[in-house]
Amino acid sequence: MDQHHDDPKVHLLHVDPVTGQATTGHEWDGIQELNTPLPRWWLGIFYATIIWSFGYWIVYPAWPLLTDATKGVFGYATRSDITVQMNELKAQRATLAAGMAEATPEQIKADPKLFQIAMAQGKAAFGDNCAACHGVGGAGAKGYPNLNDDDWLWGGSLDAIRQTILHGIRVAGNDETRLSQMPAFGRDGTLKREEINAVANHVRELAGLSTEPKANLVLGRKLFADNCAACHGDDGKGNKEMGAPNLTDAITLYGMDMASLTETITNSRNGVMPAWGGRLDEATVKALTVYVHSLGGGQ
Amino acid sequence: MSTAEADPDDLPLFAASRKVYPQSVSGPFRRAKWIILLLCLGIYYLLPFLRWDRGPHLPNQAVLADLANNRFYFFFIEIWPQEVYYFTGLLIMAAFVLFLMNAVAGRVWCGYLCPQTVWTDLFLAVERLFEGDRRERMRLDDAPWSFDKLWRKAAKHTVWLIIAWWTGGAWVLYFADAPTLVWELATFTAPISAYAWIGILTFTTYTLAGIMREQVCKFMCPWPRIQAALTDDEALNVTYRYDRGEPRVSFKQALRLRAQGAPAGDCVDCHQCVAVCPVGIDIREGAQLDCIQCGLCIDACDNVMTKIGRPERLIAYDTDGNVKRRLAGLKAIYRPLRPRTLAYAGLIVVVGGAMLWQLATRRTADISVLHERAPLFVTLSDGSIRNAYTVRLLNKRPEPRPFALTVDGLPGIRIEAVGTAPTADIRPVVTVDPDSSREVRVLVTVPAGTALASTQPVTITASDLFAGETVRATDHFMAPGAHP
Repeated sequence: MDQHHDDPKVHLLHVDPVTGQATTGHEWDGIQELNTPLPRWWLGIFYATIIWSFGYWIVYPAWPLLTDATKGVFGYATRSDITVQMNELKAQRATLAAGMAEATPEQIKADPKLFQIAMAQGKAAFGDNCAACHGVGGAGAKGYPNLNDDDWLWGGSLDAIRQTILHGIRVAGNDETRLSQMPAFGRDGTLKREEINAVANHVRELAGLSTEPKANLVLGRKLFADNCAACHGDDGKGNKEMGAPNLTDAITLYGMDMASLTETITNSRNGVMPAWGGRLDEATVKALTVYVHSLGGGQ
Repeated sequence: MSTAEADPDDLPLFAASRKVYPQSVSGPFRRAKWIILLLCLGIYYLLPFLRWDRGPHLPNQAVLADLANNRFYFFFIEIWPQEVYYFTGLLIMAAFVLFLMNAVAGRVWCGYLCPQTVWTDLFLAVERLFEGDRRERMRLDDAPWSFDKLWRKAAKHTVWLIIAWWTGGAWVLYFADAPTLVWELATFTAPISAYAWIGILTFTTYTLAGIMREQVCKFMCPWPRIQAALTDDEALNVTYRYDRGEPRVSFKQALRLRAQGAPAGDCVDCHQCVAVCPVGIDIREGAQLDCIQCGLCIDACDNVMTKIGRPERLIAYDTDGNVKRRLAGLKAIYRPLRPRTLAYAGLIVVVGGAMLWQLATRRTADISVLHERAPLFVTLSDGSIRNAYTVRLLNKRPEPRPFALTVDGLPGIRIEAVGTAPTADIRPVVTVDPDSSREVRVLVTVPAGTALASTQPVTITASDLFAGETVRATDHFMAPGAHP
């Protein structure tokens, strides 16, 4: 850096005796700061970037006003940006899902490309619409069926699943909804307290579970045949046509302990699920059908 | 401390940069620089057009960064995004090579190989072509505007812009099929990003190589600072041998002094070393941050020394320690092989060897298994326990490959892959497209009555039905059991 040796001003300045270089005049405990001048273009660029930044005030939303903010001449907003992106996504999906609207769930399942799209779309739609009750991944909870297992109240075929998604369960005013009404045997006064206890014990006997020592299993068997077998069958294996669960398998929705069984027989359960037919488009319902069917229990 | 007090606000904290007019020079270093320039630019501009056959499913460009499909191709190597550590390895190697060059012969990178140096050299050659050598250029800049000045300046900037445009044009060819993109560019049907990148690189090349030049090295590049911290007394640097050069006297006076037996230096103070310097410094002031060590002052000084009949290499690759040693009447010591250089070389071999070994032994298939977390396990109606997994299979080969899935670890354990077409094989078979990956939902079931802890390891294996390559991953199988 020899250029400032020619600068007449340098002669007026502090000069470091060791390096012969001018200092800034700053001194800390005898230590001086050498002045190595930055090139002027650097300063120019620094000012230019400051001036450039004013441009943002003009073209982008910048200044808060009392109730609003300046809009900027580009009219940019993150919200409109997301609308554009969502529309692009929809357009992209439209081409991908074009095949899906026409294909049956069986055809989707057989076509690897459509199947992949359906699984992705179904997973997303499931998270948005179904996971609140059925849990992420369809794990279920007490009263909300696990969709991964092979036990179905209303059938686990593609068609049956689609029917359930479209029309829901016990949806008032929907003619095609899944409908069954188990009576509230206790609340209605059909069965007395000790009779309910007998039926509950018999149900546990059917499922291969232990019964209470003082249980009246003979009465239980008779009452079950009279009141329950019409739907659940004499052997308690249920009936999917009527949404009557199989009481003998390893899977239970409301619990097979005495307290839960007593509660079920006394007050009945009759869970509900909304009909999604009007809310979700055809392709989404198909994707959901394929996704749920593929969770592991599809039949 | 010296001189009178000055107003601190009056300090020249910023300085106008002074234009450097490097004079042309000839000699072995200049020749080496031309050869390196031609080689580097030749590779840069032509490499995208080199073809390399990879079969019907993959691009046939030898060097291609296929960003759209997340692949990088370099001759026989294909890199997937998760193998980006090869680039990390290359960067580590590059750093060690830089350290080694620096430990042996100073700023070899800066003086000969750096793109800034190479393109600046090219732009300077164009400048000389239209505006003449150092003195003519200085005179032209001082002269008032005339037709002669105008056309020379205009021609220079036009050629600069064409070179800059070509630089950007060659850059984008590394990111798409080069012949196709050239045709698209010519017919104005290329993607807008291609034009944008050409524009950006035209601007940066023109500005950095044409206008900024040595200012980039002096003020923008961090390497001179790092280099200064890395260098040692043994590293060769472009050095003015002041033991030979001082005291500086004119040629005639030197003859006179020598005749009298009085000391006279070889440096005739002709300033040729300063005139040819592309960063405009005086090498006789010693090693300095601004010096890119291109060796052109060696050529310039040698030419003068030859003319006046004195030995060459008054300026040479040497060390300051040796100059001092010669002044003290000792022999110069050169130690290119010393612990530092051997350590750098060793590290280059270790890192390079590790990368080669990794590259040579890497698999062309891979499996990763992710256990389904909701639900962790499912009890089926017959009491058997099922776990679900997301299995991702990678096929890095250029043809489709069928993989058969098996599972081990528990008695009676079964595996199913959702959405795979049934085959003659009892095992589920997943076919993965060439050079891609596929995700499948896999169900693993253990029959009722199996003794299960809350978690136990199982191994999922994928076997290529044709090539026989086998990859496996171990994961957990969860069961009701005693959960923590």
